Amino acid sequence: MSVNDVIMDAMIENKVGFVTTVPCKQLAGVIEKIEQSDAMIHVPSNREDEGMGLCAGAFMGGRRPAIIMQNTAIGVTINALATLIQYYRIPLPMLISYRGEIGEPVACQVEMAVHTKALLDRMAIPTYHFHEEEDADELPAILNHAYMARKPVAVLMDAAFWKGY
Amino acid sequence: MIRSDVLKTLIPLISDELVVTNIGLPSQEMHLLDDQPTNFYMLGTMGLASSIGLGLAMAQPKKVIAIDGDGSVLMNLGTLPTIANNQVPNFILLIIDNGSYGSTGDQTTYAGMRTSLADVARACGCDHVVECAAEDTAAAVKDALAAEQTTVIVSKCESGNIKVPVIELDPVMIKERFMASVAG
Ligand SMILES: Cc1ncc(C[n+]2csc(CCOP(=O)(O)OP(=O)(O)O)c2C)c(N)n1
Ligand SMILES: [Mg+2]
Repeated sequence: MSVNDVIMDAMIENKVGFVTTVPCKQLAGVIEKIEQSDAMIHVPSNREDEGMGLCAGAFMGGRRPAIIMQNTAIGVTINALATLIQYYRIPLPMLISYRGEIGEPVACQVEMAVHTKALLDRMAIPTYHFHEEEDADELPAILNHAYMARKPVAVLMDAAFWKGY
Repeated sequence: MIRSDVLKTLIPLISDELVVTNIGLPSQEMHLLDDQPTNFYMLGTMGLASSIGLGLAMAQPKKVIAIDGDGSVLMNLGTLPTIANNQVPNFILLIIDNGSYGSTGDQTTYAGMRTSLADVARACGCDHVVECAAEDTAAAVKDALAAEQTTVIVSKCESGNIKVPVIELDPVMIKERFMASVAG
């Protein structure tokens, strides 16, 4: 099964009902599957902090939210994470393409990659790093963990995991 | 009329509706004038009131009114195309356009200068955009509540603030009682 199918199945198994996305080349396949799925509402957002607002609203409306984004978005979401998602205790799995890791062809992507884990750590956000394809087997449990704990949780998926960029 | 005058005229209409209120004085004034479990007060996160409101409206069928500010919509201008392209029958965005960053001391915003947020909303593809004078806001909200369509209302009012206490409610309490109202 492709990693995109593993991610989709994990979301469906966890009854994710609302997903917002901002694309990354690595995320194209999974975004296409989300768009086609009847199991969840998909709302593309223009910026990731906007997406976190949408997710907070959807959660209060009774749907389990998730955001799919690139790690370069961590900077623009710090305030939304601290003052909305964490302050009001809203569960939010963040499925993040981890650009700028080994195998990255675009040098500029490395500049946010070197800050990604430090920022997530500073925010005390539980963070999981997928490097091998099998790492995704843990995704259903990670999603469940986010909803149980009512916290944002980050899943960083690097170039090796996607088998290319 | 200033923002708090406009809010007063709305209370009979929106007291029992799901309302998301913007950071700063809009939330504090609503809390002072008519605290309800159906109010979701934003205590921070400038810009995201409309996004929270839209996510909530898309997730469930009850009507949702997001009361936003001109400065906050300018900060999250990307929200207008998202609203325009995801029109649902139960969402109202009410922008209290006092032409200023009222909560921080009435500094003029670009909406108080050359930029028309109603025109921006229309250009983004919002089909039902109403710009009205402050005193006509209640009528516009009443019409929007009766209609089954996404409506963006831009209420042009004067800049100015009343003295209000900060909200001391715990954020998790605000969320929990709001969610109970949504589900109830
Ligand atoms: C990211 C960020 N920048 C600045 C502020 C400070 N701030 C709080 S409220 C506000 C003004 C909001 O203006 P508007 O949305 O027009 O609402 P009004 O108070 O005029 O009703 C500002 C600048 C903030 N809270 N967050
Ligand atoms: Mg204003």
